[in-house]
Amino acid sequence: MVRESRTDRLFMVAVYVLLATFLAVVLLPLLYILASSLSDPNAVSSGRVTFWPVDFTLRGFQVALSDPQILVGFGNSLFYTAVGTFVSVSLTLMLAYPLSRRDFVGGGLLTRMIVFTMLFGGGLIPTYLVVKSLGMIDTRWALIVPNAIAVWQVIIARTYLRHSIPRELFEAAEIDGASHFRVLWSIVLPLAKPMIAVIALVYAISQWNSYFDALLYLKSDDLYPLQLVLRNILVLNTQSNGMDVATAMERQQLADLLKYSLIVISTVPVLLIYPFVARHFTKGLMIGSVKG
Amino acid sequence: MATSPRLRRIRRNWQLYLLVAVPVAYFAIFKYIPMANAVIAFKDYSVLDGIWGSEWVGFRHFRAFFDNPVFWTLVSNTFILSAYFLLASFPIPIILALALNEVRRGFFQRTVQLVTYAPYFISTVVVVSMTILILSPSVGLANDALGLFGIPSIDFLGNPDYFRHIYVWSDIWQTAGYSAVVYMAALSGVDPGLYEAARVDGASRLQKIIHVDLPGIMPTAAIILILGVGNIMAVGFEKAFLLQNPLNLSKSEIIATYTYKTGLLNADFSQATAVGLFNSAVNLVLLIVVNRVAKRVSGSGLW
Repeated sequence: MVRESRTDRLFMVAVYVLLATFLAVVLLPLLYILASSLSDPNAVSSGRVTFWPVDFTLRGFQVALSDPQILVGFGNSLFYTAVGTFVSVSLTLMLAYPLSRRDFVGGGLLTRMIVFTMLFGGGLIPTYLVVKSLGMIDTRWALIVPNAIAVWQVIIARTYLRHSIPRELFEAAEIDGASHFRVLWSIVLPLAKPMIAVIALVYAISQWNSYFDALLYLKSDDLYPLQLVLRNILVLNTQSNGMDVATAMERQQLADLLKYSLIVISTVPVLLIYPFVARHFTKGLMIGSVKG
Repeated sequence: MATSPRLRRIRRNWQLYLLVAVPVAYFAIFKYIPMANAVIAFKDYSVLDGIWGSEWVGFRHFRAFFDNPVFWTLVSNTFILSAYFLLASFPIPIILALALNEVRRGFFQRTVQLVTYAPYFISTVVVVSMTILILSPSVGLANDALGLFGIPSIDFLGNPDYFRHIYVWSDIWQTAGYSAVVYMAALSGVDPGLYEAARVDGASRLQKIIHVDLPGIMPTAAIILILGVGNIMAVGFEKAFLLQNPLNLSKSEIIATYTYKTGLLNADFSQATAVGLFNSAVNLVLLIVVNRVAKRVSGSGLW
């Protein structure tokens, strides 16, 4: 065993210090938000909270979860995420499977056509006009259809299908007389489960986190997803109408506390699944980095 | 009738064409029709006459934009923000990945990775509101910390001079851990024989990083850089829009936010489309230039 030289040991100390700094910089703001969300409104407003709850209370969560606007937003987001993910994954596979086949005449051209849309687009208004002419303004469709397919995801799925499922399997199925629909259903779906799971999660998270399409296309607030409700309360400082607290002072303090609790409520569902899927995400990213 | 083998293959695989029909329709309707709709930048769009019936006005909307006193402010705000963002956000994930690669695989490595990766999953709305809360002059953590050193409280978001730093560093906070994963994957693909050789040659850890690790991740770095350039105009919008307030507008108004306001809030569709088209064209040119440079420097590009 070669002994580490002095400079190497010094270097390793620097590496650990660097990583600890990274860790602290990312973790501390998260801890601050979490601690604030669990603290007394009075302590939050007077800035006494740092990284540990002061006068622990669940008041903020109670207020947030009794607000009809927030509950409606939460329900809408669940709907958009479930339906949107299903639509997106289906369309992605319908495109990726043919593109993964080398005997698909025109596949190269089609790939170039869809990749081009990543580089250049008509822009906000021309897209808005299309959505409008389809009568989708202020409907749930507007949040599901116009951004249903992500080109990047199609490329990941295509690369996976091309390289990770043995070609012999497809050939054997065809000799047995299976149609392409049958191959998709009985071979691709079961064998590509890890890839499909990764794609579904990426779509689900981006759907859960998106607000801009809602801002563009929705008018009625009973269709708003959670992120748009959050933006109105957190960024624009609009008071939520669900709060009927006695004094203005207390009301303001509660409004401050509510912000922290809301951040936690909207983020926890995503962060809860995250450690379980992080491993798969890493794999998915690596699939994406393989040149196809 | 004599059929070419190509045609026979198409006929045999007709189901593949049926499968792609819906996705192809999607791209035609939501990506290519908007590109065609962009002709309204060269017309005076009126709802009554429709896109094709409206009157042609040539480059009038572009000229109006170039002559507008806000033009240079918008262009310089957009460029400075993009360039600052690229320069600052590019090296940090690489440093993080190289450092993570040095420590032994274990609890510490996993923790750092898991924690730094997590903010990527938080929505832009939430990251922006966290930023606003933490930087708030009255209750925010940042000013509490400054207070410990006797520095009076600063209204970070109300001062245009801080806008770019807030924008860039909150983004790095959110995405550095995620970007590092890609580099970690690249590092795990480096030929172990190269490390062996470096050790035999008596390379220190730092020399090993410079001569083995860095060349190993160069192609990945090039692609990330190109994609970064390609995404700047798109990604920047949501966040700049959310962080914006009347006080910091002089630095935070970028082409994309201006397009949104002219187009949807003032309903000046043609003018907004012209501005948006200008933005996309600049973006495309940037992408082509960076791709060419990256190819020359590292031998790998997007195409």
